[in-house]
Amino acid sequence: MFRRIDGGDNGTAGALSFDGQAIPFRAGDTVAAALLAAGVADVRDNPVDGSRRAPYCMMGVCFECLVEIDGRQNQQACLVAAKPGMRIRRQAGARLLPEGAL
Amino acid sequence: MSEPWDAVVIGAGPAGMAAASTLAEGGVRTLLVDEQAELGGQIYRAIERNRADPALARILGPDYLKGGMLVDRLRASPAQLALSTLVWRIDDDLTVWTRTAGTVAAVRASAIIVATGAMERPAPTAGWTLPGVMTIGALQILLKSARLTPSGRLVLAGSGPLFYLFARQCVAAGVKDLTLLDTAPTRQMWSALPLLPSALGGEGWRYLTKGVKLLAALRLARVPVYRDVRDIAIEGDGRAEAVRFTTGRRAHRLPCDTVGLHEGVIPHQQMTRSLDVAHDFDEAQRCFRPRHDASGRLSKPGIFVAGDAGGIIGAEASAQDGAIAALSALHDLGRLTDEARDRRIAEAGRVRRAHLTARPFLDRLYQPRAAVLDPPDAVTVCRCEVVTAGALRDVANKGAPGPNQAKAFLRCGMGPCQGRLCGPTVTAVFARETGLDPAETGYYHIRSPLKPITVGELAGAAGAVEREG
Amino acid sequence: MPPTSTHDLIVVGGGLIGSAIAWGASRAGADVILLDEGDVAFRAARGNFGLIWLQGKGVGKPPYMRWSLQAGHLWREFATLLVEETGIDIGWSQPGGLQFCFSEADIEKCRRIEAETRTDGGDIAITVMDRAGVEALVPAIGPEVIGGAYSTLDSHVSPLYLLRALQQGLQARGGHYWSAAPATAVRRDQGAFAVETPRGRVAGKRIVIAAGLGAAKLAPEVGLAMPVRPERGQIVVTERVKPFFPYVGSGVRQTVEGSFLIGSSHEEAGFSEATDVSTGAALCASAIRAFPQLAEVGVVRSWGSLRVMTPDGMPIYEESERCPGAYSATCHSGVTLCSAHALILGPALAAGTLPEAVSYFRSDRFDVQAH
Repeated sequence: MFRRIDGGDNGTAGALSFDGQAIPFRAGDTVAAALLAAGVADVRDNPVDGSRRAPYCMMGVCFECLVEIDGRQNQQACLVAAKPGMRIRRQAGARLLPEGAL
Repeated sequence: MSEPWDAVVIGAGPAGMAAASTLAEGGVRTLLVDEQAELGGQIYRAIERNRADPALARILGPDYLKGGMLVDRLRASPAQLALSTLVWRIDDDLTVWTRTAGTVAAVRASAIIVATGAMERPAPTAGWTLPGVMTIGALQILLKSARLTPSGRLVLAGSGPLFYLFARQCVAAGVKDLTLLDTAPTRQMWSALPLLPSALGGEGWRYLTKGVKLLAALRLARVPVYRDVRDIAIEGDGRAEAVRFTTGRRAHRLPCDTVGLHEGVIPHQQMTRSLDVAHDFDEAQRCFRPRHDASGRLSKPGIFVAGDAGGIIGAEASAQDGAIAALSALHDLGRLTDEARDRRIAEAGRVRRAHLTARPFLDRLYQPRAAVLDPPDAVTVCRCEVVTAGALRDVANKGAPGPNQAKAFLRCGMGPCQGRLCGPTVTAVFARETGLDPAETGYYHIRSPLKPITVGELAGAAGAVEREG
Repeated sequence: MPPTSTHDLIVVGGGLIGSAIAWGASRAGADVILLDEGDVAFRAARGNFGLIWLQGKGVGKPPYMRWSLQAGHLWREFATLLVEETGIDIGWSQPGGLQFCFSEADIEKCRRIEAETRTDGGDIAITVMDRAGVEALVPAIGPEVIGGAYSTLDSHVSPLYLLRALQQGLQARGGHYWSAAPATAVRRDQGAFAVETPRGRVAGKRIVIAAGLGAAKLAPEVGLAMPVRPERGQIVVTERVKPFFPYVGSGVRQTVEGSFLIGSSHEEAGFSEATDVSTGAALCASAIRAFPQLAEVGVVRSWGSLRVMTPDGMPIYEESERCPGAYSATCHSGVTLCSAHALILGPALAAGTLPEAVSYFRSDRFDVQAH
């Protein structure tokens, strides 16, 4: 649960999607910041115990914010700049191979 | 394909920006690399976007704006910037392996300055993996980079300068429901007191005055503070809902929406560890730092460390540290006379020292409490592989000789964060169990890639070597 | 001076060979002490691929083939016993091993191995197959795979959990495990053996030197020859991936956790455990030939580890003529042979003998070859 300090809305620079839900963002937001600003509580399940995980360090060291971005899995959402039309997906457990692998 | 650089600087925080500016102004071809998309490191994060924003400037304070001068100087220098660029390996022959937007490159240098800064000391706590729990550094990064503050009930728990600074910034940003859990043992105030007089020398009085003002502002704002807090446990079903803790003999439970944890900062040692250079345990700061000489020179020829990556010194001293390493490198590269190097290093050294007078006092005052370094059995130490402190103690007590065998037996440190968030705790737990000191206990052997690159990128790296020819 | 710790059997070397012998001897009733180095040491046990790979093993060297296959057939019993006794899941499974072929020459080599194995009476079935056969087993293989060889006997294990289970199993039986206790001197003393370590002196009726590369210096102190040298192997490991390759692969395999191991190189690099980009790149390139989809998967670690190589690549097991009761044991297949070390060699050494099956592997075979 976050708010912008100016109280304004989130979507001045476009929107990305998170599991199909539209997530508006501002210029300068990382994917992780955009998701948190939109009220997304957690972004993946830990592959070992299935516990829910969310961005923790926001500086690229903890790897808790791993998500699928435009088809590429295990991307650090806190290091990737949000861009309009990006497709973000939650990851459940270990990554899958790209489509068509199986 | 690229020509070798005279110098490659890794990390665009205060140390790296100062180092790159000094090198480039000194006439050597300099490349500054950072994983982030913007200059400033974490301390001056998003400074170029924020410097002209009066609302944020008011919240973040004048010290943050000092980063603007470093950026201006860097931008005016001929140093080349490679942002959004990962360094995943450094070879002994000073090849720096990078990846930018999926492209792997091998960059040759005559000198390398590692300025990878600090990270927050891992704060293993019951419930710290729950969504809704973040580090205070992370919350501050959200403020600096996205103008975000927690909107619900916020509990900040921990100690150290950033703990109070961020609390003050929250108040200034209009955070309404804030509670502070100060974990610094009150008795440390008394043991730190003898160090206070020398802390007032140089620039130290400024740091202490800033601290006193912060505390006064928090009091004025009537922010509830619990002191000498112990036994923190965060509860919740799928996300943080409440914080339990103890003060004196009283047990407390605070409902919350967001929890910020912070127990000071330590050098981010992944890169220096991967270089296989000696690391010493700093008893005052309770962390490892790479062994280096006064100008940051590591035992590997041609490689320097500067700023917090070499031991926690703070932003202002880090900038001087970066300059000192750069001046030594310029001398090595034949661009400075002995006299010019010594004179300029002496100048930078004077400023650096002035900013370090308060450091011993602060280190003592905010020494992490025992439970941070040696958490209870049930607490998860390795977040990635979900390994508890109890499991570590079990293998230690069955004779596992140290952190690397623990990693082999339990998988702690084998997850995606590559041991960054459990390494310091694993060493501390082993040291406590075996009675050895942390230096004897040792640390994970850190290997490339420093961050994951793909199998395809590594397969293609051979081509990067050939192209380098 | 601390009192001497006295035992039936001293095992010098806490790697997979020493730990398996120690556990096996302990199961046979011996009072065993296992001496290990500290956290930082040359440890093939911590750096290997985890294969029990039998197709092609010992081709042209019948005693080695027989010993390896004997170990292979013992693995199920061994794994079951170890897991039951320790409660540690060692991640062993026997889905069979699949060797990928990318050229006619590769297929020809598999056929030759299969034929020679049959000629030598090897108790293992190897099926050489065309692409369709491989594809039927693993639909995800890359277009460059033109065939393969499959054997049901091959299996794999987590070598790290295996080591942990052996050491903890030893301790659970009352055996002793001393880490940070490298043997600094070994000698025969009044019909028994004494080992000096930083943690004190250890005495025993019998001793096994299973100290890997460290044995080269120690073994001669009790009249044993140990002509071993290091051969570096680099391995690349990926992030966890949902399971899709259920077989054992020789150069690429998916672990029980989901990570892919990609390896392993064979390099003469002295005692350097370093990695280099060109070797890692070559390993990854061949993994991608087998599974192009792996190109997108993240590499989280790589490492170099030193194999313990004898002049002919086969193990050495022998009893000292000068100091009876002192034994040596070394090989570069500590995982594959682990079952035999635990269930055959360990109990034999507890009784003061060497099993007949290893009589070929004396070090004097190198003297003969040299003349």
